[in-house]
Amino acid sequence: MEIFGVPVQALMSQLMLGLVNGSFYAILSLGLAVIFGMLNIINFAHGAMYMAGAFLAWMGLTYWGISYWWSLLLVPPAVGLVGIAIERTMLRWLYQLDHLYGLLLTFGLALMIEGLFLYLYGSSGLPYEVPDMLGGTINLGFMFLPKYRAWVVGVSLLACLGTWYVIEKTRLGAYLRAATENPRLTQAFGINVPLMVMLTYGFGVALAGLAGVLAAPIYQADPQMGSKLIIVVFAVVVIGGMGSIMGSILTGLGLGVIEGLTKVFYSEASSTVVFVIMVCVLMVRPAGLFGREK
Amino acid sequence: MKKTRIALAVATALGLAAGLAQAQISDNVVRIGVLTDMSGAYSDLAGTGSVVATNLAVEDFKAQAKPSFAIEVVSADHQNKGDISSNKAREWFDRDKVDVVTDLVTTSTALAVMKVAKEKNRIALISGAASTRITNEDCNDVTVHWTYDTYALANGTAKAVVKQGGKSWFFLTADYAFGHSLEKDSSEVVIANGGKVLGAVRHPFPGTDFSSFLLKAQSSGAQVIGLANAGTDTTNSIKQAAEFGITPKQSLAGLLMFITDIHSLGLKTTQSMYLTEAFYWDRNDETRAWSKRFFDKQKKMPTMVQAGLYSATMHYLKAVKAANSDDPQKVMAAMKKTPVNDFFAKNGTIREDGRLVHDMYLMQVKKPEESKYPWDYYHIRQTIPAAEAFQPLSASKCPLVKK
Repeated sequence: MEIFGVPVQALMSQLMLGLVNGSFYAILSLGLAVIFGMLNIINFAHGAMYMAGAFLAWMGLTYWGISYWWSLLLVPPAVGLVGIAIERTMLRWLYQLDHLYGLLLTFGLALMIEGLFLYLYGSSGLPYEVPDMLGGTINLGFMFLPKYRAWVVGVSLLACLGTWYVIEKTRLGAYLRAATENPRLTQAFGINVPLMVMLTYGFGVALAGLAGVLAAPIYQADPQMGSKLIIVVFAVVVIGGMGSIMGSILTGLGLGVIEGLTKVFYSEASSTVVFVIMVCVLMVRPAGLFGREK
Repeated sequence: MKKTRIALAVATALGLAAGLAQAQISDNVVRIGVLTDMSGAYSDLAGTGSVVATNLAVEDFKAQAKPSFAIEVVSADHQNKGDISSNKAREWFDRDKVDVVTDLVTTSTALAVMKVAKEKNRIALISGAASTRITNEDCNDVTVHWTYDTYALANGTAKAVVKQGGKSWFFLTADYAFGHSLEKDSSEVVIANGGKVLGAVRHPFPGTDFSSFLLKAQSSGAQVIGLANAGTDTTNSIKQAAEFGITPKQSLAGLLMFITDIHSLGLKTTQSMYLTEAFYWDRNDETRAWSKRFFDKQKKMPTMVQAGLYSATMHYLKAVKAANSDDPQKVMAAMKKTPVNDFFAKNGTIREDGRLVHDMYLMQVKKPEESKYPWDYYHIRQTIPAAEAFQPLSASKCPLVKK
């Protein structure tokens, strides 16, 4: 059976791969959305933090023998701490200023971090093996899906939904939303707003670190892995609506699938299709698909 | 009294003569501009290592030839972009009196700088870039393409793989000038040797996820998937092919791979792959001696691009001394007249199309258990003699070639 001249089997497998890539987009754009939604910071250092996550996992394994599973637990908080240090020492001076200042600062940071890793480790990338337990493939009938990729989809969906639940459905999330809506009033109720802001930035960045650990066995630890991805991820956030949690999750997955389909029909356009969609969406809904206009 | 006068006159004449001789080299300094990828995907295979190789050449030349002129080396990052590299080359030629631009890691930067060199009458020595366009339709008389090209790669690797029984091919191609050139040259070699090409898929450059393209290649049923890409694109393609179980059922042919790629991927993933290189550090005592010096400075073994750059720089400086001039036409004539003989090339000659022809080597990556010491990665399976390694002049599209 064929659809538009492409065997259904091939189509199904490309859809599946789109979902895998989409889950990376989702987890990265979610971190960005949390940071933008709560802090109004356009965090260009996100790609660098994702890369740092992959490198920390590699360093842990190479220098200290820390396994993949421990990295999965330890690296995101470590990257989060780096984020907190950045927030405390640099970003917090910029909250009163225009978005552009935060963007420029984090962009500069991203270039510096990337440059540092390039200087230390070179551009070829460092190998990171898939953990033994997740090696091999699953036969889905229409394709052989590596177990590790299935695991990535599972972990990132869990992280995404967990984040959405905490922010939208719990008391803590309610405080957070209140703190962004009206920081002074929230502080007047005895809630430590600067602390919450700091932890939120740390959390958003930790999500990038988690994505980095997940990516290391697939792409190797490569200093430029973040900058290759960050522009697409920003496009995802813009399409989903800046700051919308569910929006970024759904658009991340959706765009991964659309990109996968483009690779089937006209692969040369696969790197541009996301931006074409972005332009179309912005023309019709300037606040993004799930964003609310203020 | 008379004697003193004569002595004075002779001394003055000698001084004048020496002065005249020196004046042949503009401001008595030869400036070499290494224009390379310092921060991008190819900075490991060229980058700071290219500058190290150039400095080694300058050091050795000074020690051997004791030149009367000074030598300066400048370097810059071309960011793999044609416009940036041509602007930099212009600035170097016009303002900084640079005599020769070297390395140029991507085809786009090489083609851009060759044009500027021709316009300003300076020399370009290309070690990093791959496309055969440099010595065909875009050739000129101030450029030498030193180390390798897509024809030589295809002629080595593709031919070897077809002969091993890999008859049906599918290409995974980086979607820019270099990838297209490599795909075209390889397809021709495959067909000429009795194989067939089932199709090709073009991926954006640089890419990260190649699984979709690899699945297309898988469903084509081809025995061999030819990787017409380079750098991290190649390493990621290889890694992901293993992940999806495509290898070892279908085999991969890395059409452009450097020793740094093998180092990055490890022998477990790359074992038994064929590849073609112009240089391997562990080939003989001469290559080992030089590579050790390089390693002491760079902490990595040299790639063929870096080794080729040493050879090119050395040959250029010798030609400047022989011609006693830095005039590009005179230097080019001297370079073409003398064969290249060093650890990199034996009796290498520069043809009228600007191609340096020298032996190439077909390598096979060792199995992990065969590797005895660090960077012990290749078996040299075949030496491809200079006469066969490169595109014959009869097939050249270069207008400088008289037929």
